[in-house]
Amino acid sequence: MACLVVLAIILLAAIVAPLIAPHDPYRGSMIRRLRPIGTDGYPLGTDELGRDMLTRLIYGGRLSLFIGILPVLNAFVVGTFLGVLAGFAGGKTNMTIMRTIDVFYAFPSVLLAIAISGALGAGIFNSIVSLTIVFIPPIARVAESVTTQVRNLDFVDAARASGAGAFTIIRVHILGNVLGPVFVYATGLVSVSMILASGLSFLGLGTKPPEAEWGLMLNTLRTAIYVQPLVAALPGAMIFAVSICFNLFSDGLRSAMDVKL
Amino acid sequence: MLEYLLKRIFYVVPIGLGVSLVCFGLVHIAPGDPLVSVLPADASLELQEQMRSAYGFDKPLPYQFALWIWRAINGDLGYSIATGRPVAPEVWRALGNTFMVAVLAAAFGFLVGSVLGFVAGYYRGTWIDRASSALAVAGISLPHYWLGMVLVILFSVQLNWLPATGAGPGGSADWVWNWEHVRHLILPALTMSVIPLGIVARSVRALVSDILSQEFVEALRAKGLSEAGIFAHILKNAAPTGLAVMGLQLGYLLGGSILIETVFAWPGSGFLLGNAILQRDLPLLQGTILVLAMFFVTLNLLVDLVQTWLDPRIKRG
Repeated sequence: MACLVVLAIILLAAIVAPLIAPHDPYRGSMIRRLRPIGTDGYPLGTDELGRDMLTRLIYGGRLSLFIGILPVLNAFVVGTFLGVLAGFAGGKTNMTIMRTIDVFYAFPSVLLAIAISGALGAGIFNSIVSLTIVFIPPIARVAESVTTQVRNLDFVDAARASGAGAFTIIRVHILGNVLGPVFVYATGLVSVSMILASGLSFLGLGTKPPEAEWGLMLNTLRTAIYVQPLVAALPGAMIFAVSICFNLFSDGLRSAMDVKL
Repeated sequence: MLEYLLKRIFYVVPIGLGVSLVCFGLVHIAPGDPLVSVLPADASLELQEQMRSAYGFDKPLPYQFALWIWRAINGDLGYSIATGRPVAPEVWRALGNTFMVAVLAAAFGFLVGSVLGFVAGYYRGTWIDRASSALAVAGISLPHYWLGMVLVILFSVQLNWLPATGAGPGGSADWVWNWEHVRHLILPALTMSVIPLGIVARSVRALVSDILSQEFVEALRAKGLSEAGIFAHILKNAAPTGLAVMGLQLGYLLGGSILIETVFAWPGSGFLLGNAILQRDLPLLQGTILVLAMFFVTLNLLVDLVQTWLDPRIKRG
């Protein structure tokens, strides 16, 4: 529960950032660079360009959560579609889809994300595309295996015998049983996605300066670890907090819904 | 058994081809003319022509792919744009450095993770379980590049015990087995070990608690077997799956080292990738990724074979 509260606070703060942030996230000042935590008017200090850290951390939540969550949502839609299609159609369709997915599964996820966004070039859109591609295979695999299980159950035969069409069976019987477990599985990927998305920005592949994003802030503050180590570590602490909260939330959801995957 | 082994080994061929196809495609999904992406910005017309025919960009795509694969099999991964040197030797040298960190990190992470997971599973439901499970969740949730920074802040900036970056004194990239070099290895390896630690701990906990809830354990206890004897049974039952998890994790470490190597400026394959991305050196990017991915595919195969050998009941299609 505590983790949901933390997530809600960070999310809410990100949404209403312009209302609550004490300063302008982009306006810095050369005379107040790298102030320590607890400075008057700058409770979490200032960054290497003299911008208020608290403000940038609040604003940073907008992009960081967006680029971390959106790929999983995209992959949830596409992966479920592919998995259900493969599981329901079986035969050659299944072979084609699942073997293609095996190829992408054969890459370590970090490597695949970096390969694609490295080739496409830096940018928020490219980073979201590459992470979406990374998360489609695991989701499709889960969706396919659940669909195959459900498809062979008696009630699907009963529905078919009573004249239900393929579309109705998929919509009512298959999706009704597949969406739940796949969704729970997908929530477990959000934390990885957050870490990877910010990691891409950290490498200079995601968001670009002067945008406020936690991974990028961590990167630009790296040179400041000798001057203000605590301030420099703050953006990473935010990524850690969000990622651990999503993991705990997903664990809770999994045991509450009794999903075994 | 033999049939399964042959089938599994044979199955690697299409996967390997698919993986190479994806790597091949990297140059082609890059925005702009693929020729431009494999050439330095100030390339002369003559060099352009030379590269065009070397890569076969004027030929149809399937031909280009076949040519590229054929060269890769023969150890030719093309030439780096930034340095003009062949890609393959650079990748191999960097891979050696990554191996060192990854193996050390894996050894430490697997050991600590297994102990944590075993203790949690054995004492499930108690505070010990909750404490080690919390540690495991923290492990998998840590942005490891941040952990690297925090460790540098602690051990290099504050305490001044260990060096912050590089693989050796004075930025030397050639490895020598002495204390000056080993000191450089500690922080990257420690940082990297956190990734498998959490996952191994969680998997081992699930395995152990699953085995302990089976009836044969009750039977063994009723028979009067000591707890040490029961431990041997748990170990035997958990080993195939546990080893499979660890094998995959080792692969993830090799392929996912880029962020950690960037933080520590460790001259490994990830660092090479980072440079390739920074300088938009696509042949270097493509070559490094191909080698790393092929390693992962091979490792996957080995894990499967070992698992089948340990537990012949597993005969997956």
